Amino acid sequence: MRAPLSWLREFAAIPESISAQAISDAFIRVGFEVEEIITQGADLTGSLVVAKVLAIEELTGNKKPIRYVELDCGEKQSRFVICGATNFAVGDLVVAALPGAILPGNFAISARETYGKTSNGMICSSRELGLGEDHSGIIVLPANSLNVGTDAIEALEINDVIFDIAVNPDRGYALSIRGLSREIAGALNVKFVDPVEALKKLEFKKSGNGVTPVLEDGASVFYLRTLANYKADALTPLWMSRRIEKMGMRSISLAVDITNYVMLELGQPLHAFDRSKIKGSLRIGRVKKDQKFTTLDGQERNISPQDLMVMDDNGPLALAGTMGGLESEITNSTTELALEAVRFDPIAIAKNSRRHKLSTEASRRLERQVDSSLAEFASARFAQLLIDLGGASHVDSQHAGEPRFAPIVKLDPAYVSQILGFSITPEKIREILTVIGCDVDKEFNVDPPSWRWDLTQPADFVEEVARMIGYDAIPSLLPPRPKHASLTWSQKRIRVISSALAARGLSEVQTFPFTSDAIIESMGYVNERAKTYRIANPMSEDFPVLRTHLIPGLAAVASRNIGRGAKDFAIFEVGSIFRNSKDLVAAISPELDKKPSKAKIDEIFGSVPVQHLHLGAILVGKVEDTSWRGSSRSYEWSDAIAMAQEMLQLCNLEFTVVRSDFAPWHPGRCAELLIDGKAVAHAGELHPRVVEQFSLPARSVAFVINLSALPQSPLVRGEGVGAMPPALQDVALIVDEKVSAASVESALRKGAGELLESIVLFDRYDKMGDGKISLAYSLTFRASDRTLTGAEIAQVREAAVAQAVKDCGAILRTA
Amino acid sequence: MDSKEVAGWVKDAQAAFLSAGDLDELKSARLAHMGDKAPISLASRSLGSLSPDEKASFGKVIGDAKAQIASALDSATKKLENIRDQKVLLEEVVDITLPASRMHRGGLHPISIIKNEISDFFIEQGFSVAEGPEMESGWLNFDALNIPADHPARTMQDTFFIEPLESGMVLRTQTSPVQIRTMLTQEPPIYIISPGRTFRADELDATHSPVFHQVEGLVVDRGITMAHLKGTLDNFAQHMFGADVTTRLRPSFFPFTEPSAEIDIFFNGRWIEWGGCGMVNPKVLQTCGIDTDIFTGFAFGMGLERTLMVRHGITDMHDIVEGDLRFTRQFGMGL
Repeated sequence: MRAPLSWLREFAAIPESISAQAISDAFIRVGFEVEEIITQGADLTGSLVVAKVLAIEELTGNKKPIRYVELDCGEKQSRFVICGATNFAVGDLVVAALPGAILPGNFAISARETYGKTSNGMICSSRELGLGEDHSGIIVLPANSLNVGTDAIEALEINDVIFDIAVNPDRGYALSIRGLSREIAGALNVKFVDPVEALKKLEFKKSGNGVTPVLEDGASVFYLRTLANYKADALTPLWMSRRIEKMGMRSISLAVDITNYVMLELGQPLHAFDRSKIKGSLRIGRVKKDQKFTTLDGQERNISPQDLMVMDDNGPLALAGTMGGLESEITNSTTELALEAVRFDPIAIAKNSRRHKLSTEASRRLERQVDSSLAEFASARFAQLLIDLGGASHVDSQHAGEPRFAPIVKLDPAYVSQILGFSITPEKIREILTVIGCDVDKEFNVDPPSWRWDLTQPADFVEEVARMIGYDAIPSLLPPRPKHASLTWSQKRIRVISSALAARGLSEVQTFPFTSDAIIESMGYVNERAKTYRIANPMSEDFPVLRTHLIPGLAAVASRNIGRGAKDFAIFEVGSIFRNSKDLVAAISPELDKKPSKAKIDEIFGSVPVQHLHLGAILVGKVEDTSWRGSSRSYEWSDAIAMAQEMLQLCNLEFTVVRSDFAPWHPGRCAELLIDGKAVAHAGELHPRVVEQFSLPARSVAFVINLSALPQSPLVRGEGVGAMPPALQDVALIVDEKVSAASVESALRKGAGELLESIVLFDRYDKMGDGKISLAYSLTFRASDRTLTGAEIAQVREAAVAQAVKDCGAILRTA
Repeated sequence: MDSKEVAGWVKDAQAAFLSAGDLDELKSARLAHMGDKAPISLASRSLGSLSPDEKASFGKVIGDAKAQIASALDSATKKLENIRDQKVLLEEVVDITLPASRMHRGGLHPISIIKNEISDFFIEQGFSVAEGPEMESGWLNFDALNIPADHPARTMQDTFFIEPLESGMVLRTQTSPVQIRTMLTQEPPIYIISPGRTFRADELDATHSPVFHQVEGLVVDRGITMAHLKGTLDNFAQHMFGADVTTRLRPSFFPFTEPSAEIDIFFNGRWIEWGGCGMVNPKVLQTCGIDTDIFTGFAFGMGLERTLMVRHGITDMHDIVEGDLRFTRQFGMGL
């Protein structure tokens, strides 16, 4: 919302001594963010006059049209200037910069020879004067609006400061000069004159039968004023068109300009219909069935009973509060008008605007709540201006419905201080609330003004008091605090694992959790890992669904890094995954302002699908950076498995390992780690198809841990370690190559019993032939209370081997 | 054989040890002056032939002399070993400036680092770290926060909606639903922060990302005022941006707070919008079943990306979201 200082001053007595920056600071202090201060005319000096075009000579033979123009600048003699624009004719009033003038951009005007003529000045466009972006032609002023020779800087109110203000959505009233004037007057503590007070005194005589308003739905009050004898060729006065331009809009025609002007001045959107196009009464309501309707932007729209419409006996004439229809638009042959001013239901307008993706100056104001009593006075303002400027006469004014106002709120002045944390007297509170337009009685029953629908509870008034005093007045104190807080064990675990991986040379990345059906399919995910949720309005149609696994995102990042020159690296990510574990139910939306029942809360929480937190990592290239010591080996399947296992060991979790055929890993080279029989992690070599799809180095490896599936670490019971010596025993076993190392180890452990302290596979020989392999283990035995005897050691060793023979068909290999 | 003669042997031995140039020479000197044939050894052996009186007196002389010779040998040995060691070790000198590390350089993502840092700061203040799902019920993300359907405040946030639309399920636009979940399930006093991932349908550019992170704070307790909000934010700002940072609260609008404010910081010579805050709207407290006659609360929220970019001078959001190792590695563990 723009606010020219010259217009603000019409209602707020802002002294000349206050700088634009100070005014901007005052706006910001009371909650209006000034996005830009536009200073017009500051870099414009010298002579700028209103001139009349006396004659035009078209100079031919140039690349573009060039005119040699004779101007009456109110001087003794005519002035001749060269002009490249063609949007003017003999008799038009234009703005001429005379030699000596300096235009914005330090553009000095002087008499000069050009196109074989002497140009003694320049006819100016809006852009050349720093008034706007319009450079499609020169400024043509309304005929007879000004005398030739008049100082144009003053006549066009060029010297002005325009504040561009971001208005918060709860302050619809401030989308008007009236509203912003009141705010700046309050902020600067200067006098404010409400323009509506004068309008309340206006009276119009009924001189005929006007159009009757009928209010069926979607509004509280509907004013309709019928006017006749409008002179369609009446011109918009310069002061009005200049103000409209300063607000960033264009002057169109007098009747349309007045609707816009009144909206900008007071905040009430208006719509003027050509009365001759209206059949019967004008009705606000809904259509009965779907139909087509063309708005005045020429677009044909599909209208349904969901839309709020303004209709006559024949059908829709306007998309209510949003945009008028093409057919009933004011034209240059219109003489009779029906002016609509309505206090629409904000939600109805918001729905209109959203359904048709049409946000207009009118809809933006109406969906932010317009002053309840303004329809009457804004429509009166329109009638007044159209009568004064357009020669129109009043026919009839009728209305349907009555204004509705926000309720009176009982405010305890002590509450204001309690919330703000410093003491404010009841007198000060009363004074501030009065400044913003409230009526406050002795008991502090506060009646908010008709334009403040946002003031409905005591807290709303606290903000008003705080902002008018200034938030700077609020002291800075620390709250009382609980004695203790800490991270939860699962939060600590994420930190430990992330730090451990970073310390091992992995870099953490974060990827967007969006993917596609094609990627899910190409990775080989099945069942619940292939089912996800779809975004109704994705950023990109390439990634319209939520990820079910971290590997595709990591592979894409790995691929990007390779593309940028990286070769050997490891990356990891911690993030949520989304699996369509249950069909979504219809939204559960309990009543507000009171706590839903426990059952309802559980139902809402339960309606949100479980989203597990995963940790994923991809390792590509060499295990170590290439150095002067040479190149290291490449990552292989066991590195990924080791890292996954080490992370579980870091958390003191016991797990078992089985082979798994699990996408997107190599079906023969994927380990599944289980805790209490539940899979919690997968690790190994990526499937060659996936490696190829993302252009990763061959045999790249990866692991994923489902952090949400990990149980809490058990409390460690610190067993004494004693000082007894260990006994080391090596055994080599020949087993079938299909027998897993884990099962052999498990059998050895079982057979060895409690004296076995640790077991290490120190050799694996797979060149025996016959489908046999040899596994050599080093077993460490120890008793906490004694040195083991040779006989004891031999016994447990034999027991261990016997178990492996029994469970795994192992044969003890002898030297 | 008299004590003078013995003293001569000691002197000779000491001189010989001292003049030995290396451990080999010292070995010869030792054999000469301490070996079986050495005068002192011979004298020692001959003690047996002396009278008991002579044996006692002369035995002591010999014993003392032997000790002196041994001590001289010991210090000479130490000296020469030292010389030998130094020489050998010098020969083993390497270029210790050679690049030693071969492990890939890892690191945490800067968003994790700043999230951890903020969490630690607030944990020290007695706040817990609360979390919630990223795909969230629309009632928790909007309605319960006093953002009704069709309210213009909802269009302030371009929301990602999940199909079917009737489910009302969204990708959370803020971490505020975590506040609602906490208030619905816990009794005050409540002191939490909720850092986490959030979503808005903004195109990725230098300063926006459709996927980003926020940290929000919520306090609900007896006697909580806006002064407590200001104090908490001042403290937080100083922790994040240094003791010299200045803060400013500006009136603003959020449906879930009343009064509402924007918090700006004056950092590196200019005012920067850091986040939003305010006193929790009584309507929100009531929806969560908190007695507004007893309890008041404040809440605040800011973007982690924005905080990171401002503090670390990062100018392009792409660097934060693309996962380029070269970017992440700069931050290490962030300490």
